[in-house]
Amino acid sequence: MKAITANHLTGGHVVFFASGGTWSKNMDDAALYTNDDAFDAAMKAAHLDQDRHYVVGVYEIDVELAAGGPRPQKLRERIRAEGPTTAYGDDVKPEFSKAA
Amino acid sequence: MYRYDEFDAKFVRERVDQFRDQIARRLSGELTEEEFKPLRLMNGLYLQLHAYMLRVAIPYGTLNSRQMRMLAHIARKYDRGYGHFTTRQNIQYNWPTLEDVPDILDDLASVEMHAIQTSGNCIRNVSADHFAGAAADEVADPRVYAEILRQWSTIHPEFTFLPRKFKIAVIGADADRAAMKTHDIGLQVKRNEVGDLGFAVYVGGGQGRTPMIAKLVNDFIPENDLIAYCEAILRVYNMYGRRDNKYKARIKILVHETGLEELKADIDAEFDRIKDGVLRLPNESIRAIEAYFADPPFEQVPSTSKTFEDRVASDPAFAIFAERNLHPHKVLGYTSLTISLKPVGSPPGDATDAQMEAMADIAEQYSFDELRISHEQNVILPHVKLEHVTAVYDALVAADLHSANAGLITDMITCPGLDYCALANARSIPVAERLSERFQDIERQKDIGELKLKISGCINACGHHHVGHIGILGVDRKGEELYQITLGGSGDENTSIGKITGRGFTSDEIVNAVETVVDTYIGLRDGAEETFIDAYRRVGDAPFKEALYGST
Repeated sequence: MKAITANHLTGGHVVFFASGGTWSKNMDDAALYTNDDAFDAAMKAAHLDQDRHYVVGVYEIDVELAAGGPRPQKLRERIRAEGPTTAYGDDVKPEFSKAA
Repeated sequence: MYRYDEFDAKFVRERVDQFRDQIARRLSGELTEEEFKPLRLMNGLYLQLHAYMLRVAIPYGTLNSRQMRMLAHIARKYDRGYGHFTTRQNIQYNWPTLEDVPDILDDLASVEMHAIQTSGNCIRNVSADHFAGAAADEVADPRVYAEILRQWSTIHPEFTFLPRKFKIAVIGADADRAAMKTHDIGLQVKRNEVGDLGFAVYVGGGQGRTPMIAKLVNDFIPENDLIAYCEAILRVYNMYGRRDNKYKARIKILVHETGLEELKADIDAEFDRIKDGVLRLPNESIRAIEAYFADPPFEQVPSTSKTFEDRVASDPAFAIFAERNLHPHKVLGYTSLTISLKPVGSPPGDATDAQMEAMADIAEQYSFDELRISHEQNVILPHVKLEHVTAVYDALVAADLHSANAGLITDMITCPGLDYCALANARSIPVAERLSERFQDIERQKDIGELKLKISGCINACGHHHVGHIGILGVDRKGEELYQITLGGSGDENTSIGKITGRGFTSDEIVNAVETVVDTYIGLRDGAEETFIDAYRRVGDAPFKEALYGST
């Protein structure tokens, strides 16, 4: 099973090609493809969005269906979809948050 | 500290405006990513795993409190409240948006900072000993020459498109605290037999997939010839460096394949041709730059402090901090103080905006307004009165910046790894965090003694694992993270490249494996005075391999 991902040009954040030709920050919204023709058509549409300078670096990833929804097979893509596996910034040192 | 002159200020402003325009053209679709990428890289902007990443230059790791506060402001306003200090003494922001970058660069320019040449195949931020201008063992302040090199190398038209990136480090003492011999050019400031200042020049060091120790190419070039000699090296490299293969494009490969003697002959021939021309540094120009790095107004104070001694006697935690995190200063009654960014269980080298503000405040009050970033991803207060160390310590405690582990096993260099980096094969930070938790007992760390542990998440070796006494290299084996251990590396004046012990360890195994190595050392050392690296050099890798893998 495949999904299509890229980075948002302006924000830089990770996005997934979703149904209806939109892009979502949420992996759960990713359109999943088991059919080659449908995948090829979606890839073509995704590249059009790249050509239109909405996203950058379009590529495909292998996904599997887990209990919570679609999940990339490779660790790299899981980290990309879910964020760093380590706490950062104020989450590491909550007592020194900028709100304090 | 160096202050921008009118040319510096104008140039940086113009560059911000130029990049602002380039970003606008990218966002409007006038520029494709292919066209834009080399432009953004010239301005330190990467596209990483999750987002854009902006690498900001901190020339030779020196900054004042106003600049540190601006780094905090950027973390707070444009990023997620933190920054990551790097082994090139720079800072990286992991989450800026493309549209915010011009404003970030504007803010940086307002405090004489920028992100130029922190990426791309050019001469990168020149690094230096983080104790420069303060260390008791120093011949001369290496930052004077690092600044001269910065001015020479900034948008040098001939060296903007080198075969590959090019890194220079300058040290001013026999002790190498800047991993100088792992640089494309390493310079050691020294005096010759008649007392003139000059440099020993090393060339062709580097880490990455082919680690090499830099070779001495000239034992002494006079101070005035610094630029001419470096230009000669760069020119020979630019001419003969391999552009056909990215992995063979660094000068270390050229030195290795050509041979030092032949290359030296080429460098010397070019040097002879240009050394008496415009590149010869006039004495007055050197002295003018030197004046920027003149000592702050040190006071005559006693070499000891009763406040300090009393606290050492009464507060064990402070005593350990004083033992580990202070470095001898050239002026009696002063010390250089290391603020460790390696607290237990946290990403090495990270600081929050609030912590950056705290460090700026402390530096302003107690260190003549000066801070340094070390290549070991810590922050240094170079000039602290011994009398003030207790007050500084209390302020660091309040900001959770008081880890007393400088130079110990938990003071690790760690690359961002697969949690952030688009090139990484394995995670580094979680391994570092688990190792720091395993070894968190400070008495145990002290017993282990000086031990440089360095972790890279891929063969590019940004985490300096090749020169770790214990190095860890993360690789990908069929989708699983695997960690190789290297032993016996060192990045100081006795630089050596670590040797791989054998098969790698899984993420679950690696912390135990490191502990096995450490316990083996404890078991075989010739008394507590023999450090890990000395013991390794005495016994070799056999006992460690035996402990890790058993008899084969």
